[in-house]
Amino acid sequence: MIPSYVPPKYRVEVDPNRCMLCERCTIECSWGVHRRDGERIISYSNRCGACHRCVVMCPRDAITIKENAISWRSHPLWDVDARVDIYNQAKTGCILLSGMGNAKEHPIYFDKIVLDACQVTNPSIDPLREPMELRTYIGKKPKQLEFDFVEEEIDGKKIKKAKLKTKIAPNLKLDTPIMIAHMSYGALSLNAHLSFAKAVKECGTFMGTGEGGLPKPLYPYADHIITQVASGRFGVNEEYLMKGSAIEIKIGQGAKPGIGGHLPGEKVTAEISATRMIPEGTDAISPAPHHDIYSIEDLAQLVRSLKEATRWKKPVFVKIAAVHNAPAIAVGIATSDADAVVIDGYKGGTGAAPKVFRDHVGIPIEMAIAAVDQRLREEGLRNEISVIASGGIRCSADVFKAIALGADAVYIGTAAMVALGCRVCGRCYTGLCAWGIATQRPELVKRLDPEVGARRVANLIKAWTHEIKELLGAAGINSIESLRGNRDRLRGVGLNEKELEVLGIKAAGE
Amino acid sequence: MEVEIDAKNMHYKELNEKIHQILRENPNVKKIILKNVLGQRFIGNGLQKKDLTIEIYGIPGGDLGMFMSGPTIIVHGNAEFAPGNTMDDGTIVIYGSSGDVTAHSMRGGKVFVRGDVGYRSGIHMKAYKDKVPVLVIGGTAKDFLGEYMAGGTIIVLNIDEKGNDLGKIKGRMIGTGIHGGAIYIRGEIDKDQLGVAADIKEFTKEDLEKIKPYIEEFCKWFNLSEDIKNKLLNSKWTKIAPISKRPFGKLYTPDLM
Ligand code: SF4
Ligand code: SF4
Repeated sequence: MIPSYVPPKYRVEVDPNRCMLCERCTIECSWGVHRRDGERIISYSNRCGACHRCVVMCPRDAITIKENAISWRSHPLWDVDARVDIYNQAKTGCILLSGMGNAKEHPIYFDKIVLDACQVTNPSIDPLREPMELRTYIGKKPKQLEFDFVEEEIDGKKIKKAKLKTKIAPNLKLDTPIMIAHMSYGALSLNAHLSFAKAVKECGTFMGTGEGGLPKPLYPYADHIITQVASGRFGVNEEYLMKGSAIEIKIGQGAKPGIGGHLPGEKVTAEISATRMIPEGTDAISPAPHHDIYSIEDLAQLVRSLKEATRWKKPVFVKIAAVHNAPAIAVGIATSDADAVVIDGYKGGTGAAPKVFRDHVGIPIEMAIAAVDQRLREEGLRNEISVIASGGIRCSADVFKAIALGADAVYIGTAAMVALGCRVCGRCYTGLCAWGIATQRPELVKRLDPEVGARRVANLIKAWTHEIKELLGAAGINSIESLRGNRDRLRGVGLNEKELEVLGIKAAGE
Repeated sequence: MEVEIDAKNMHYKELNEKIHQILRENPNVKKIILKNVLGQRFIGNGLQKKDLTIEIYGIPGGDLGMFMSGPTIIVHGNAEFAPGNTMDDGTIVIYGSSGDVTAHSMRGGKVFVRGDVGYRSGIHMKAYKDKVPVLVIGGTAKDFLGEYMAGGTIIVLNIDEKGNDLGKIKGRMIGTGIHGGAIYIRGEIDKDQLGVAADIKEFTKEDLEKIKPYIEEFCKWFNLSEDIKNKLLNSKWTKIAPISKRPFGKLYTPDLM
């Protein structure tokens, strides 16, 4: 066997003066860090991923986890990460896997954009006493409305009445512009999905199924669920398509643009197998492209086939990763009968992605939203199709900025998981999530109580919704509709001219 | 009860809406005959009625019988790309040839094509419990047959319209990424025609027993003689099956080394 040359990343210490040997940590750690050895707890630091489960659960506050401060010879080019990756690949000869989003220190443009506010002229609005409209409709909008005028006699008088002639396409009605992103059952546990489903129902918004099908316990929430069709077509049948409120075709994903998905066979348990409709224990492979899509026309064909299958009653979204060509693709999507384009930025999370993709492929969501919005406007299509942004949205200000840059609504993924307790430890792909979120092991899954989970997620969405109302008020706007694409409300700080140009915003002080 | 629709110059939406309307208004309808079909897509899309037969005269457009679960569709002519796409159950019988991605992601039911099929046919076919999809191709298939196949059975008979042998099939990259199911090709295949993860396995008596009913059904649908049937059953067959259920299991590093 080739030995590992990698020292432990973290140092786990149990303070013997505080520890009462209850052994809770030995049970809580699904990675097997802690073990009782006689009258003490010993910890294998090299197994620790800093998921904090033991720290939080220890009744005596006896555990500390620190970054392992061993000295590496410092080097500006050969940082520790680069060396560790090489050690690991030299040992295995394999592709490095990782979870969660991009872990490189790329600029976060959201943090270089500030919001403008009103003072004196055009005064700000107090959302505590004035209504703030956050209702958002996602779906196709008609280019214009046409009416038939029919003459009717009312009380002996002839009155012309207008009747709407234009057929309005089905739209999703959101009480807040925040939805929960597509994360598959398989990558996430049933209790995580149940938490999301209960929360979105309570908040009047929607969640996505991801590509893993719709598990039966989620059926009662189906009117708040968007089902996904990915290249693997797992769990996709007529019933599935009819169940949800909308359908999303997944072309790409921000965390791994250009590649498919892969749920390893050992995670395909009986329940996952039933939901995905594949035999237990086989790999669930979603190849990079949809096999029947090689052009925008082919994509249009899939959009239409899904509409046919659902009798043109459900909106169909198309999700692509944020790539430099996204604006042109979005135009194609807009002309394909699709109702919304979803752009997923490269900071978006994932259960498992090759590290090289997670950290190096894709473009920032901020740029992509602005560029897509701009291009759709130029083509005269922006008001016909909705734009949903996702990938690295961490707070209500990010939501606000995304909408001001041109999105109709956002999807949150990692943020919703963090609300459930996720520590962004990045080891979701091991299936051992100690928080019961990214796992299928029954003993771990039951650690997450769906009622508690739903409360936390609903609280988060409600808190952000309140904050968005306050931010709108400060901007002197009383409806989210007026914020969409309203880049005049944004200013850049520390951005160069080109970046400001792509974002379509002015510099602070301008 | 039988209903006929003349599809001449009809938009696909209108045609499919007509089919739905007929089914809504006449729950007893057993057969719908479509005349003059020319490129209308999505015929039979998502239909669930088990005892329904749709007979098509002409050439249906793409995604024929997509998401279908139960009915039988008979095409007297060629079909465009992706007949049987993500089909759940039912039967599609095509008297002519069909285009690329025939039987794409099919989970159950049967597709019989008398002539040839295009590229990437049977791609990502999958099976689940009692649902085992079957694609029987009378003629030949182009490259990437059964790519990423996760279950089900593909049979290539390799005969022309008279029942004569077509010679060695030329398709390349057969079964790339295959991790379930099996592809049976009449005749010999070279190893270098296979894609990664595919392997040539011994063709056993059990294999013959497995494919026999489908070959018999094929012969019945297309009225082939006993002689041809016997020739097909007594030919040399090549079985292509996955090397493993987890073809890419070793591609990724395990956690915590
Ligand atoms: S959970 Fe805390 S108190 Fe209990 S054994 Fe572990 S370190 Fe000691
Ligand atoms: S879901 Fe679990 S494994 Fe994944 S990052 Fe969060 S805590 Fe870690």
